[in-house]
Order: sequence, then structure tokens, then C-alpha cells
Amino acid sequence: MSKGVLATDKRGIRELGAEEKVGWDEVTQGVTLNSFVGESENAAFLKAEERNYNDFNSYTATVASWRIIKPVYNRDICIDCQNCWVWCPDTSIISRDKQMLGIDYDHCKGCGVCVEVCPTNPKSLLMFGEAEETEAALASWPEKKKKEK
Amino acid sequence: MAITSIKNLKEFSTNNDRFEGAHLLCPGCAHSMIVRELMNCTDDNLVLASNTGCLEVSTAVYPYTSWDTSWIHIGFENAATAASCAESMYKARKRKGTLKDPDAPVKFVAFGGDGSTYDIGFQWLSGAMERGHDFTYICLDNENYANTGGQRSSATPVGAHTTTAQAGSVSYGKKQKKKDIVAIMAAHGAPYVAQLAPNKWKSMAKGFQKALETEGPCFINTVSACTTEWKFDPKDTINITDLATDTLMFPIYEIIDGHELNILYRPKNVLKVEDYLGAQGRYRHLFKPENKHVIERIQKDIDEKWELLQRREEARI
Ligand SMILES: Cc1ncc(C[n+]2csc(CCOP(=O)(O)OP(=O)(O)O)c2C)c(N)n1
Ligand code: SF4
Ligand code: SF4
Ligand code: SF4
Ligand SMILES: [Mg+2]
Repeated sequence: MSKGVLATDKRGIRELGAEEKVGWDEVTQGVTLNSFVGESENAAFLKAEERNYNDFNSYTATVASWRIIKPVYNRDICIDCQNCWVWCPDTSIISRDKQMLGIDYDHCKGCGVCVEVCPTNPKSLLMFGEAEETEAALASWPEKKKKEK
Repeated sequence: MAITSIKNLKEFSTNNDRFEGAHLLCPGCAHSMIVRELMNCTDDNLVLASNTGCLEVSTAVYPYTSWDTSWIHIGFENAATAASCAESMYKARKRKGTLKDPDAPVKFVAFGGDGSTYDIGFQWLSGAMERGHDFTYICLDNENYANTGGQRSSATPVGAHTTTAQAGSVSYGKKQKKKDIVAIMAAHGAPYVAQLAPNKWKSMAKGFQKALETEGPCFINTVSACTTEWKFDPKDTINITDLATDTLMFPIYEIIDGHELNILYRPKNVLKVEDYLGAQGRYRHLFKPENKHVIERIQKDIDEKWELLQRREEARI
């Protein structure tokens, strides 16, 4: 085999000359998925709405079809404690400037963790059927529960 | 190094998440709670690597990535190697002056499940710890090989049913004790080693920040409740984790420089282990009369371990 290492050729990463070989100390590039379009600064300093997401970023995808039940948010009772934000496994609680703004229904899977960790009475988040209208859900919100003795 | 404010949850919530939704982890999976918290603990650049397991497989399903930082997808046992060697390369290039932005702060973190950490990637982890790289290794301990259908690992506790340590008429599930990975990592002389849990978000964030700030190899074992294999309702992930820490099944503590042990959470009411076991399908068989001795053994092991941790803490040696 005098033709050099062909694996990189096949993957089309870079063309090798006929006699060229990849040395032991050369890195051949694997597959790279870019999270953002072009050069991007550290995303820690950009809110989601300020980012230039690439189509490869799962942010641009949705898992809404996984849900059978969904959380509904009641702003009137919420104390902005951010429990729901810290424990949501799907980055689906939208909080800005210490305020809970609502639920990202593209990424929420309807697990119900946020409802469990919500400390208000009654809860500021409750699970409803996926097809339930938000207004109807809010209209049916339970009263404050009396403390059990 | 820029660690973020963890004074209270409101301040913590002002961080911009760098772990995106529409990953394919199960609803209610604790892996992503832990990863989100780690990534929100700092606004430094991050170079991450994952061992194969639920986290890796579910966050990079072609053509998508859920990571807004550099993240290396690598073999089952290689995250410690990848993260530690990226750190070495970074240092070397800094020395040679070939970095584009040599002053940008960067942290190196590896994630592994218990299967890859306690078993299959164990020697690579041990090697990276011994070489003394400046990186943090985080084990997402769900006590089984979840991604391949729930096989036993050396992190699976006594009495748990798994697909390769089944409970039935001749067996009560896994018979061997869980490996004490925290003690093993501390024995490497690592400057910071801890066991943390996502229900105690603040002690977890503090531990993560300590690990990121400490120079040298740090190791953190996190309890990651797995709704699918532990068999509980996805909404109960944090409730189950509360039971794990309040029964002392998962004590929360740190070990500094291989010897100084600090307990980070003391439950006001220590609950009986039955409360924890009874909340999960994987332990259901233990409540049959013939398996009573297994529950007694688990409780005895917990009590002895808690005693040991307290004595070690008092001894200050
Ligand atoms: C060397 C090697 N052995 C086995 C596998 C198959 N495999 C992929 S993921 C996985 C289970 C991972 O378990 P764990 O590390 O506990 O992570 P979890 O999925 O539970 O988060 C296994 C056995 C592999 N990819 N590579
Ligand atoms: S239901 Fe689950 S995924 Fe949806 S917002 Fe609540 S915690 Fe997040
Ligand atoms: S947990 Fe409940 S009270 Fe707290 S921010 Fe979320 S919705 Fe509001
Ligand atoms: S099997 Fe367990 S660890 Fe894996 S994604 Fe599902 S809940 Fe998470
Ligand atoms: Mg596992």
C-alpha cells in the first residue's frame, strides 16, 4: 500500500496527494455539528432570542408530539421562586430577569416535574390534557387548599 | 474564572442555558437536570466530553446537537481521556502561543454514566485522575446500564432488580454491594471529590463550582434518578431523589485532598429505607415476606455507612 491513508479521502475531509500519508501525530477531523451559524461568542452571554441557532441545534427541533398532558401556567399565583426553572429536564421554563414567563411548548415533554416542585397554594402550574384550551384550564383552577390538621 | 451567583434560585435563573431542549432523554430524566446545573454554574467556555450512555446518545442524534459549547462525542470509556487530553493540548498550545484567544477562560468537564465510570471506563478515569489533569469528571449515577436496557452495574445496589440480576423465585435481584466510587476516587489523592444530588440544588451547585475552581482532577458522583429503569412516574424524579437523600441511601458529602471529609446535608428527619424502596418498581419484590432480610440488610448498611462518614468527619484527619 503506497497510496497513503484513504479513510480521510473517502470522508471528503481533505484531499491527499498520491504519495501523501497521514502521520501518527496528525489529527484527522471527524464530524462536527456547529450549534450556531458562523463564528459565535460564548453562548453564556446571549439569551436564546439573541442567538443565531444553526439548523443542527436541537433548539430548532420540537418534541411537542411526545406530550399527552401539558403543564399550564397561572401567572396570578406564581411567586417567581424558579423551582420549575432549575428542575425542568427539558430547558422548557422560560425565565428572564428573575421572572417566570411561561412554558416553551416546543421542548416540553409533559413530565410534570415542574408541577411537583411548585410550592404555591394552589399550585401555579397544573397538568391538563394536551387538547385543553389554556383559558378553560385557567377558568377551572382550584381554590386555595386548607391546611390539613 | 467566572462562577455564577448561586445565592438563591432567582439569581441562578438569570443564567442563559447552554444545554438545549428537544434532546431525546426520557421525560423526567435527571441526567439533564444535573447537566443544566453544571453548565449554569459558570459562564466560562466549556469543553465537555461524554462517555457513551443515555446522555451522549440522546443529545447528539444526527443531525442535531443539544450542546451550545464544545462537546466531544466519543467511545464508551473515553470521556476522561478526551477531556483530560484536550486540557493537555490546550495548555501546550497556550505555552507555544498558538491559541487564538489565550486569555479566554476554559473549563474541561467529562460526563459518564455509572456503567462507564464504575466499570467499563474505570481504568481510563483512574489514569486521568492519576496524571493530575485540571479537569472535572461527573458521574451520572442511575445505578444501571440504562441506555442498553437496564443491566446491572457495579453501582447497582443490593436488592435492585435489573435485566441481568433479575428478581424472581430464586433470586431477590442484585446480591453484591454497590462499589464505593467516592472512596476510590478520594484514594487517588484528588483535591476535590464529592457525592451530590440534584434535589439539593444549592449544595450541588456549590460542589460543582468548587470542582471547577479547584486546580487538578476533581470527581463528583451525582445520583440521577431514572424513571424508566427505577420504575416510577416521570413527575416524581425530584420526590424520589428527596427520599434518596432523606433515607441516607445517598449521603451528600465531600472529601478534600483525599482525607478531609465534610457532610453537606443532614436530614432533620431521617426516613426509613422502606419509604425509598417502596416508591420504585425495581424494589417491589423486596416487600414479600421472604425478602424481609434484604431490606434489613440495606438499612444496616446505610446505618453503618452514615456512622462511618460521621466518624470520619469528626476525626478531621
Ligand atoms: C465498549 C462498549 N461496550 C458496550 C457498549 C454498549 N453500551 C452503550 S451505552 C451502554 C450503557 C451505558 O450505561 P451507563 O454508563 O450507566 O450510562 P446510562 O445510559 O445509564 O446513563 C452500553 C453498555 C459500548 N457502546 N461500548
Ligand atoms: S412538564 Fe416537564 S418538560 Fe414540561 S415544563 Fe414542566 S418540567 Fe419542563
Ligand atoms: S415553581 Fe411555581 S411559583 Fe415557582 S416560579 Fe415556577 S410557577 Fe412560579
Ligand atoms: S432510561 Fe433513564 S437515564 Fe436513560 S434517558 Fe430514560 S430516564 Fe434518563
Ligand atoms: Mg447508568
